[in-house]
Parts: sequence; structure tokens; C-alpha cells
Amino acid sequence: MRFGGLTALDDVGLRVGAGSVVGLIGPNGAGKTTLFNVLSGVLRPTAGAITWKGAPPPGRRTHHLARAGIARTFQGLHLFPLMPVIANVMVGADRLARGGPFSLITGLGRHHRDERELRARALAALERFGIAEYAARLPGTLPYGVQKQVALARACVGAPELLLLDEPAGGLSGAQMDELAARIRDLSRDMAVVLVEHHMDLVMEVCDHIVVLDFGRVISTGTPAQVQADPAVTRAYLGTPADEAPIDAPDGDRDGTHGTGRKGAAR
Amino acid sequence: MSQPTVRRETPTDPVGSDPAPRHTRRSALPLPVRHLLLAALGLAAVAGLLLVTGDLTALRLAAVGYTMLAVAGLQLLVGASGQVSLGHGAFMMIGAYAMALLVLHQPMLPLAVNLAIIVVVSVVAGIAVGAATARLHGPYLAGATLILAVGLPGLAHRYHDVLGGSNGLNIRTAGAPPFLQGLVSTSEWRALVVWTTVVLGLALLATLSAGRLGRRMRAIRDDETAAAMAGVPVGGTKVVAFVIASTAGGLAGGLQAYVLGTVTPGSFTLVLSLTLLAALVMGGIGSLWGALWAAIAIVYLQIWATDLARALNLSRDVENNLPIVFFGVVLILVLRFWPLGVHGALHSLRARLRARES
Repeated sequence: MRFGGLTALDDVGLRVGAGSVVGLIGPNGAGKTTLFNVLSGVLRPTAGAITWKGAPPPGRRTHHLARAGIARTFQGLHLFPLMPVIANVMVGADRLARGGPFSLITGLGRHHRDERELRARALAALERFGIAEYAARLPGTLPYGVQKQVALARACVGAPELLLLDEPAGGLSGAQMDELAARIRDLSRDMAVVLVEHHMDLVMEVCDHIVVLDFGRVISTGTPAQVQADPAVTRAYLGTPADEAPIDAPDGDRDGTHGTGRKGAAR
Repeated sequence: MSQPTVRRETPTDPVGSDPAPRHTRRSALPLPVRHLLLAALGLAAVAGLLLVTGDLTALRLAAVGYTMLAVAGLQLLVGASGQVSLGHGAFMMIGAYAMALLVLHQPMLPLAVNLAIIVVVSVVAGIAVGAATARLHGPYLAGATLILAVGLPGLAHRYHDVLGGSNGLNIRTAGAPPFLQGLVSTSEWRALVVWTTVVLGLALLATLSAGRLGRRMRAIRDDETAAAMAGVPVGGTKVVAFVIASTAGGLAGGLQAYVLGTVTPGSFTLVLSLTLLAALVMGGIGSLWGALWAAIAIVYLQIWATDLARALNLSRDVENNLPIVFFGVVLILVLRFWPLGVHGALHSLRARLRARES
């Protein structure tokens, strides 16, 4: 993935098996969110391809991938601010409903029955996340932690087969984080999960497999234990102890460039 | 005069009360049926109003009807899908000229067929414009539709022979059918025809807006990226919204031509498009009820201002410009005190009353 002269992701391969939890970690600007944007169709890769269940995905647009069963949450909340929580979550289940315009207008066929099912599904999801009492509220009136839950509920309610979580623990308290870890493990029984996260405790706790990115390259992969033991990972996070002083300045520089690339990616 | 109580997801709704029990009671009947019932009630109310009032009011009621349809279409486009169009008057013009040309050149066609043809023409126009502008956002979209509003009336001058230049086209349409002669006057019959079409159109708009399509539009309005990531086809939904709005506008224009019997480019200028949009904001942008208040405002503020000028014996110039000033002042006052428009104000008033009761 390139932005002009900047290579944000260079020959990165990621394989996610059904029912597994893959952690994607790396320092700021490593390309984690860019990779997410490529996976979810927000960005089109300059080279390389996505394979979905062994075949090319049904289309290259974001909604094609979403309808095929790839859901994601965002680093920011990206909730629909003027729609009540229940409607927010119902949008997430959109891909499950059938019934075209004819059915909508005449009341025959599936549209209206599916709408009721969608509402029931959304309510069930809210109950599962313990936030059913907020169903009729607007997202902006809720505490941040609840909003985060709504975003997660919206991503899960459509029964996706692959769930991409971009920093799900950002801004959460310790107790909420434990809850989140349990939730992710719970979800991974039905779907594959890819997780971008800075909280190492959470990553090490829930992930089966970890991929470490730095400057757009994969520098280490393996189980949590293997990655923790890898010296390359330590170097990426903490720098090289021997020549700390000379490398520090250009390092910061390159970090800055990557930051810009990421912003372009996240739009 | 119709459905819009179903609006639970609209932005003006200060949602807080518990909608669940109300929902179960409502879902006893399918959505389209409920909306058609409300439409029938609305039509009955208008018919009752026609019975007790005279010919002049009938024409004004007809004007309220077709204006409401136009504004309701715009409501779906701007309020639900978040696309600001300054060219809605242009679609009214397309509908009006289509009606005039049909009556002039195919006088044998019944009115219903004319209206159906207008729908087809408007859909085609909506697809053309919507597809061209689907990638534009905010001010860019407004700018593109502005071109339409400014440019289209010029066509009437350019094709003088067919479209009649600035004098426009004059048409004669049939009055009440023979078996109703004596029962209803021509104006009353026209008002009834207009309102029948309008309530059907509004019932359809309400159904579309309350269904999945409406929710998709609101999702796109609120956050395009998140909507796409939830599987909502963003581009397609935007074009559909545009087509629905242009159809409502075209149909409204056709009805206007039918009632007034004359079509001139001067009545479809940019001012009309801007007035429709301003009135929509004033009426309340989140709900089809807003379209009703908007239509009443557009039709009656003009009349009241003119009456006022005459009563005060003001000069001709003042009389001509007073409606515009009057409209502007009312718009400012409404938005100053009720930022969510008339419907928003009524809604919060009702919520407050309900809160006091319980």
C-alpha cells in the first residue's frame, strides 16, 4: 500500500483462520490502521490482493466486503449521532435483511417481516452487551464506555465471519477492559477476530496469534509467548540500546512521515 | 394530513420515552396499510374542509397540497439522506412542463396517465442528475444542483417554439366529471384530485422513510464510512434518494400546472428552490409533518402579506415585495425560537405535556 512516495505497507501478509483471534500490534505509525482500511475496503491496495474464503471478495467497495461478512469498529466511534442506539445497531444488521422495494411498498413479501427480525436481533445484541436500557437514546447522550459498546454491538449484530476491531480498549477503565477480553473471547466462538490494540495485557490475554508491524513491514509473528520473546519486537518498541543516541533523531523523523500516511488512510 | 407519527428515528425526535409498547401496538397492521389509512383520513379531512369553504380556499388548499408533496420529497433528500439540493424547483419545472406539453399535444390522455408519464420523466431526470452528483458532498452538491435551478428556466427561452418562452404555456384541463356537476365546483374537484395524488405520494414517502431505505439514508447522512462498513451501498442509496425527491418534485409541478392551467419559466426560478428549502427548515427538517407546516407557510404567508399590504393601502412596490420580507422575518423568528422548526417545537411541547402528566 503506497501513498504517493510513501510506502505505508510493504509486502504485509496476514492470514486469519476461522474462529481465531489475531492481534495486530506495532508502534504508532506502523501501518496497523492502514492494513485495517485495506482489509475493510476503505483503501484499495496498490499491489496485492484480499482472498475471502479462498476466493476473491464479491466486490472491491467497502459495502461489498461488509455484505460478504467483514465487520469492523473504528478507532473513533463513528456512531450515527442522530439515530437512536437501536437504529444504530439495526444498520449493522442490514446485510441479513431481505425484501426489495416492491415488498417495502406493498407490505407483501419479506421486507417488513425482516425489519421486525432486525429490530429483535438488535435488541438481543443490546441485551447481550448489557445496554438494552439505552435502546431509545441518542448515542451522544451516553457515557463513552457505553458508546464503545454500542459500536461493538453494531459490528457484531450482523453475524460477521470476520470482525476487525480497531483499538477496542481505547479509553476504557481496567474493569471494562477485563469485560472486553471476556467479550472478545466469547465472540471468537462465532467469528474470526482481528484486533489492533496498544494494551499489551489485553492482546496477550485474548490472542491466539500475533502479528507485529513496524514501518509497514511484518517484523515478527507467532503465539503471544513467541512474540514476547522476540528481540526484534523489543527493538521496535524500545529502540536499540547500543546506538540509542545516533538513531533517535532520524527515527523520530520517519515516525512523523508515517503518521501523516496514517491520517491520510484513516480519513 | 398523513402518516408521519411513525417517525421514531428522525433527528428532531428528542428520544427518551420508551417506544417499545407503542411499537407493538402499531405493528398490528403492516406499515404501508397504516400509512394508506392515514392518507385516507387526511383526504377525508381535506374533503371536509372543502365542503365548508369556498372556491378560493379550494385553490389555496390545492396549492398547499402540491407544495407539500414537493417539500416532502425534499425532506427525504435533505433531512434523511443529508444531500442538500438547491435545484428542487427545477424538477417541479420538469413536471409542470411535461404536464403542459402532454395536455397540449396529447389531449385525449386521461389525467392519471399524464401523471404516470410525469413520474417516469421525473425518475429519468432524477437518475441523470443523481448519478452525476452522487460523489459530491455538501456545498459541492449544492453548487451542482444550483446550476440546474439557474439553467433550466433558460431552456424555455431557448426553445421558444415548443416551450413558449417567458409567456410559458397555457392549458385547459377538464373540470369535474359530469355526474358530479353541481355537487363540486371545478376548483373543488381539482383540489380533490391534487390531494388524492398528494396523500398517496406522502403515504409512499412515509413508508420508504420508515423502512430500511430510510434507515440507510439516515446512516449515510450521519456517517458515510460507518454506513458503508455496515454494508449500506452508499452511492446507490444516494441516487435512489435523489430519484425519489425528483419524482415528488416533478409530480408536484405537474399538479401545479393542472391546477393553475399555466406554466411559465418565471415561477420555477432559483427563488422557488430556495424557498422550498428554507420552508422545509422552518417546518422541521426531520419529519414529513414539517413538510405540511412548510407548505402552509409558503402558500399562506404570501397571501397574508399581500392582504396586509392591501389593507394598509401600501404602494404597489411594497405590496410586491412584502411577502418576501414577511417570509424572511418569519423564518428568522421561527429558527431563533424553535431551532428544530415548527414540528420540532410541537414535538417537544407534546413531550413536555406528557412528562407533566406522568
